[in-house]
Amino acid sequence: MELQEFITNFANQFEETDSSVFTKDTIFKDLDEWSSLIALSIIAMVDEEYGVALKGDDIRSANTIEDLFEIVKSKK
Amino acid sequence: MAFLSIPNAAIAGISTCVPKQEEFCSEITLFSEEESSNFSKTTGVISRRVASPDICSSDLCYHAADKLLNNLQWDREEIECLVFVTQTPDYLLPATSPILQKRLGLSENCLALDISLGCSGYVYGLSVISSMLSHGNIKKGLLLAGDTISKTCSKNDKTTYPLFGDAGSATALEFQGGGNFLFNLKTDGSGSNVIKIEDGGFRNPTNYESFKEIKIDGGISRNKLQLILEGMDVFTFGISKAPASIKELSEHFELNLESVDYFIFHQANKFMNEKIRKKLNLPVEKVPYSIERFGNTSCATIPLTMVTEMKDKLENNRLFHIACGFGVGLSWGSVYFETNKIVVSDLVEI
Repeated sequence: MELQEFITNFANQFEETDSSVFTKDTIFKDLDEWSSLIALSIIAMVDEEYGVALKGDDIRSANTIEDLFEIVKSKK
Repeated sequence: MAFLSIPNAAIAGISTCVPKQEEFCSEITLFSEEESSNFSKTTGVISRRVASPDICSSDLCYHAADKLLNNLQWDREEIECLVFVTQTPDYLLPATSPILQKRLGLSENCLALDISLGCSGYVYGLSVISSMLSHGNIKKGLLLAGDTISKTCSKNDKTTYPLFGDAGSATALEFQGGGNFLFNLKTDGSGSNVIKIEDGGFRNPTNYESFKEIKIDGGISRNKLQLILEGMDVFTFGISKAPASIKELSEHFELNLESVDYFIFHQANKFMNEKIRKKLNLPVEKVPYSIERFGNTSCATIPLTMVTEMKDKLENNRLFHIACGFGVGLSWGSVYFETNKIVVSDLVEI
């Protein structure tokens, strides 16, 4: 799996935040639009695109998008 | 694998009861206007029915059952089996089913038991009562499933309070040659913490600390006698286990999903349920929802959806259904069954 593709998939779950904001180092929980409902969209996206079941603790322990990418990669 | 094929039992009628008091998500002061609209858009919940302090789950089930028995014109003496599914019983003890047996005017020759399950409870309840009827010794039985989960939610917890509503149901079943229920039932207790009330049982008896409100996060404060819902974990569980459960059921029993008329899911939240529907490639018109007007009503969601969204169809047609319940336990199950022009009582409001 590719990091760049993961970032794009991640950014697609947001409606208002401009896609240029998202990089591997983005601390996603600091984004204004971040919410528990976006978190569910991320979990659904990871399930659909990568076949990985993320836990709440996985989302909680990740700070950057790359952190989450690594978690998904390790569970694949 | 807990696959069960239970012959010679069928549903004769179904009924549900909700409190009159309706509460809209837009009125919840915990939310800003934007949060409230986002919440309704995502979860599907626009309003719920909320029980006043003097209405218990057993009251809702009693009124549903009383109406159904009158509509069916069943002789109450003939009912020899009562199963009550709830996680909000009248008392710690005795079980609530004997109280309902007496109140409904059923005879002493009636076995009665409680089952403590939530979201999966209706499917599990059907498996227990159909098994009991299947032998042919007991000819008529009542499955009552209901909860007043709103009473367990902290009003300061935006993850639970706006989501849950209260409802009770009654399903009348009878011994009938040819009827057949097919089940796939599963359990994963490693997830027992994700939907939980910590104190008030015998592991952690109620103590002074139990009443102290604790701030968990923004918009989430509750005490230890109130419901915890780890939304992300439940979501991951639901979108993986529910579709898998139905796939396993259809593969094991060689069912053609295209010939199933309705897929009646536990109404968890619409976002999750839509993911499940899409994973199974089910058309929208085969997957009814009642969550908009009633919220997540725990073990009552499946019969409530049947009564409020499918009444005419159930009364006038022979139909094939798959129902799937999933949640607290963690516990989940799916069932394939047929209904043939059953009695469906009008929704009771108290």
